[in-house]
Amino acid sequence: MTGASVSLAPLHYDNDLVRRILRETRTIAMVGASPNWVRPSNFAMKYLQGKGYRVIPVNPRAAGTQILGEQTYTSLADLADAAPGPVEIVDIFRSSDAAGAVVDEAIALKDRLGARTVWMQLGVRNADAARRAEEAGLTVIMDRCVKIEYGRLFGEIGWQGVNSGIISAKRPRLHH
Amino acid sequence: MSDNDNTGNAGNIDTSGNTPPDADPSFGFATRAIHAGARPDAVTGARSTPIYQTTAYVFEDVDHAADLFNLQTFGFIYSRLTNPTVAVLEERIANLEGGRACVCSASGHAAQFLTFFTLLEPGDEFIASRNLYGGSITQFGISFKKLGWTCHFVDPRDPENFRAALTPRCKAIFVEQLANPGAVVVDVEPIADIAHAAGIPLIVDNTVPSPYLFRPFDWGADLIVHSTTKFLSGHGNAMGGALVESGHFDWAQNDKFPSMTKPDPAYHDLTFYETFGDFGFTTKARAVALRDFGPSLSPANAFYTITGIETLPLRMQRHTENAQAVAEFLEAHPAVAWVSYPGLKSSPYRGLAKKYLPVGCGSVFTFGLKGGFEAGVKLVESVNLFSHLANLGDTRSLIIHPASTTHRQLSEAQQIAAGAGPDVIRLSVGIESVEDLIRDLDTGLRSATAD
Ligand SMILES: Cc1ncc(COP(=O)(O)O)c(C=O)c1O
Repeated sequence: MTGASVSLAPLHYDNDLVRRILRETRTIAMVGASPNWVRPSNFAMKYLQGKGYRVIPVNPRAAGTQILGEQTYTSLADLADAAPGPVEIVDIFRSSDAAGAVVDEAIALKDRLGARTVWMQLGVRNADAARRAEEAGLTVIMDRCVKIEYGRLFGEIGWQGVNSGIISAKRPRLHH
Repeated sequence: MSDNDNTGNAGNIDTSGNTPPDADPSFGFATRAIHAGARPDAVTGARSTPIYQTTAYVFEDVDHAADLFNLQTFGFIYSRLTNPTVAVLEERIANLEGGRACVCSASGHAAQFLTFFTLLEPGDEFIASRNLYGGSITQFGISFKKLGWTCHFVDPRDPENFRAALTPRCKAIFVEQLANPGAVVVDVEPIADIAHAAGIPLIVDNTVPSPYLFRPFDWGADLIVHSTTKFLSGHGNAMGGALVESGHFDWAQNDKFPSMTKPDPAYHDLTFYETFGDFGFTTKARAVALRDFGPSLSPANAFYTITGIETLPLRMQRHTENAQAVAEFLEAHPAVAWVSYPGLKSSPYRGLAKKYLPVGCGSVFTFGLKGGFEAGVKLVESVNLFSHLANLGDTRSLIIHPASTTHRQLSEAQQIAAGAGPDVIRLSVGIESVEDLIRDLDTGLRSATAD
């Protein structure tokens, strides 16, 4: 158990904000992506690829290998050197403590990466790092899963009986 | 290869409130009863939820099929697991209970089975209130025994009875609110504290109040089960059940729940709690118990239940008003010895009812006849509008004499302990014109007590 956030109040993000981030993103750098297919990060990566996103894994322990058909990079700097085109989201699958250094790297490389959002996964919260990222002009989401948010906001999560919290009489769009 | 994907989904379960993190709190219960889970159909624009009377769903390609079987993506494979109409009902119920997720089943009993199959290993134990629907007492006490699960029953009126019955193998506490047959109001909050101190979840059967009258997650419950056959559906036309999870229980706090926290060989060593986090329990119940035992809800029954829930708030208001009037009438009737309805001033549960059921005490309760067993039999035979049958939560008013029907096999002492002694009548008051109900009972009581 990471446990750090157990006692913290839940964070609230406006549905429209999260929807806009997901709509405006084509490429996601996934820091901590695992090559092991039963790990949550691998699940999320596979799902997001299926939704048309390019997901580029960053994981020093898997560097040089491919995860789900994508070359894995040692660090965000390493990825920026490869100049893959704009990477709108830096998605962090690391512990809350380790997330701070990743956020600082994302801030330093934000223009080279084309990054707009720093996203910390479910269970990952680092308020100091979030403040630094916001001061640098990045949007910050913490303690959320990109996959679950996509599923929630684009209607799929309810297929599995999960409460999306969405109430609307508008006809949903078929694709993001 | 080891990896540094070490966050999991599990360490961060929010224990601070019941609203799902991004739910819009500004929508009221009646709005959610109509809209939750049911947006217009994306393809056709159909406004009411279509009945997907379908068993299987075409894969986009082989890779998509693999993702679905591996639970890596959301989608439909086969209606034993998920069905688009059933999914609308599941999200609706999860939303109304303020829960994270729900899995529906063919009946309330099936929902209880899915719950305990997901919680327990052979040799495990749990504690249940002794005031339960009779069928639940049989399921827990006799049929579960054959699976190697032991249920200890306790008197729920003193919460400490649950603590005293705890054993190292106890994995859950189960109670019913407005418990059968005499509408026992259970003091849920301290029982939840006792469960949590023992590191185990509290399960509440919320069938009789429905989420309109009682919200178990607000008082510390971790799982809720429903027989949707009753008030949720409301019209006595569709069987169904539901299991709802709050999303707040930490399954990894101890080693009691290996089916949540250990790699599952039935799913290539996937760990459900880590992967699905706060909706891991219902995901596991669906992916393993529902898949392997198969008590799925039919899409048609889901449709009837969705349609029923749209009017739940209106029906429950009327049920409760009618029940209050009928209970007051009976209490003043010379042929009646006592009435057990928590909405009456005479009820020992009035204090607890104020706390847990501020909107009303439902419409299922018992009363005693001065004329005993004989008078009871005569009453059920001489009423005209009340239907003599074994069910509750119908638009129609229902009556039963437990000692000559549902509790017939028990000894008189057992009947009395269960609140179903020879003199006891149980009503489920419907939403007809209340004057007609009162007149019908009055006529019945007169013939039951004649000479
Ligand atoms: C309180 C309660 N729980 C559970 C059940 C069982 O539900 P089902 O009949 O849908 O299996 C019933 C049915 O009478 C009930 O009244």
